[in-house]
Amino acid sequence: MSSKSCICISSLQKKFLMAITGVLLFGFVIVHMLGNLQVFLGPDAINLYAYKLHSLPAFVMWGARLSLLLMVGVHILMAVKLTIENKKSRPREYDNEGTVQASYSSRTMPMTGLIVLSFIIFHILHYTSRVVPGMEYDDKIPSYSLEFEDGSVKQVFDVYAMIVEGFSNYFVSFFYILSMGLLCMHLSHGLSSMFQTLGLRNKVWRPRLNNVARATALFIFIGFAAIPISVFSGVLHHNDSNTYSSLNSVNDVQNDNITSEGTQ
Amino acid sequence: MKLKLRIWRQESSGCKGRMVEYEVDNISENSSFLEMMDLLNEDLVSEGKEAVAFDHDCREGICGSCSLTINGIPHGPQKATTACQLHMRHFDDGQTISIEPWNARPFPVIKDLVVNRSAFDKIIQSGGYISVRAGSAQDANAIPIPKQDADFAMDAAACIGCGACVAACKNASAMLFTSAKVSQLNTLPQGKPEKDRRVLNMVKTMDQAGFGNCTNYGECEAVCPKEISLDMIAKMNRDYAVASVKNFFGTVA
Ligand code: FES
Repeated sequence: MSSKSCICISSLQKKFLMAITGVLLFGFVIVHMLGNLQVFLGPDAINLYAYKLHSLPAFVMWGARLSLLLMVGVHILMAVKLTIENKKSRPREYDNEGTVQASYSSRTMPMTGLIVLSFIIFHILHYTSRVVPGMEYDDKIPSYSLEFEDGSVKQVFDVYAMIVEGFSNYFVSFFYILSMGLLCMHLSHGLSSMFQTLGLRNKVWRPRLNNVARATALFIFIGFAAIPISVFSGVLHHNDSNTYSSLNSVNDVQNDNITSEGTQ
Repeated sequence: MKLKLRIWRQESSGCKGRMVEYEVDNISENSSFLEMMDLLNEDLVSEGKEAVAFDHDCREGICGSCSLTINGIPHGPQKATTACQLHMRHFDDGQTISIEPWNARPFPVIKDLVVNRSAFDKIIQSGGYISVRAGSAQDANAIPIPKQDADFAMDAAACIGCGACVAACKNASAMLFTSAKVSQLNTLPQGKPEKDRRVLNMVKTMDQAGFGNCTNYGECEAVCPKEISLDMIAKMNRDYAVASVKNFFGTVA
């Protein structure tokens, strides 16, 4: 087979790369989710968190970004290589193509992966670079006066308002929740599969790891989806003044001044 | 029983194959699947048509010759059963049954339902052996082997090399077969000295033969007539990882 005549990297080495980048990306997803959940602690908490992240030394921040990009790149490259080889190895379909025990998520890995990738691209343009037309939050959202422990006040970007604003858009929220559902599927196979690929699974641990993988994937889905859902149900909303703490503003529903002029 | 059969007919490896429909009648529920095929062939021959070619030998589930994908499942619907050991009572009267050869690029069709499985032989030749002089049989307890290891190696050795794992896999991956052979020898003390070289060579040959890559679906395990488990693949992956690192530092025995 022609693609295999390049003996640079074996089937198992490709799979190892897939598994190792997978576990690292999973780690990122968990940390990202825990970071996001601080939105429920109010604007002070999430804005402080975002401020701290962004005031990390440039080499740390860009180092982290570039290594994430590298991991995603390797993960995708291996996925593409493996999938092309796999397609080549199977010349046709059976008359009644079916499966005996393969789970739905294991059979749809390329599809869920692709949609999640398209989501990641949109997500970065939307919330990180903030360049999606009509959603350039840097101009739209007034800066936030963040009070530090020593009493000093600093004007920072209002991530809290951006989250509420962003998820007030039906399409954004729908795509977000859908993608998180697919990510959940992807991980429910991927997490346990990783152990198998690295040879760290046996008969006793397979069902356990499968359950852990499903539970973790579901936990990730709930953690992420909770945010747009809370925006819709009004649990998370704009404050009338950005110096309000979240506790004060929970009772303050009329004053969502930013949504009214937002993206309708 | 009366059955409708849809069977893959292909003149030779170069020709295009297609599904052809046949009907068989008066099939006993107690006959095996291959006996049903024999009856069909008798009918065909008496009508002056060419018999359907299919592989078979022992007909008792131990040689791994029979290789029919029945209704999309290699060796048919019965768990842990080869096609030769499958009985017609597992089908319904009047049912349509499709019968196809193993579907994998490294297993080209020779004729009808017969495929060339020499890619498996190449994998075995590249490491599925122990290259010490066997000599005469040793005293039974000369080499103590932990029960766990003996059991694991025995489970791996149950592989009859039929290729159903490849046929079931959507990626036509031969990892269950290769891993069974690797695990069998790598687990036992006699096979350990060549452990690293064996796994590296067998995986390399497997890749070169053009088999696909495992995506941990587990379909192979589900259809395996000898119930070889995915644990064998995990063991192979583990051994391969260790051997690759050693290979990198040039210390493979
Ligand atoms: S003919 Fe020997 S295993 Fe089926």
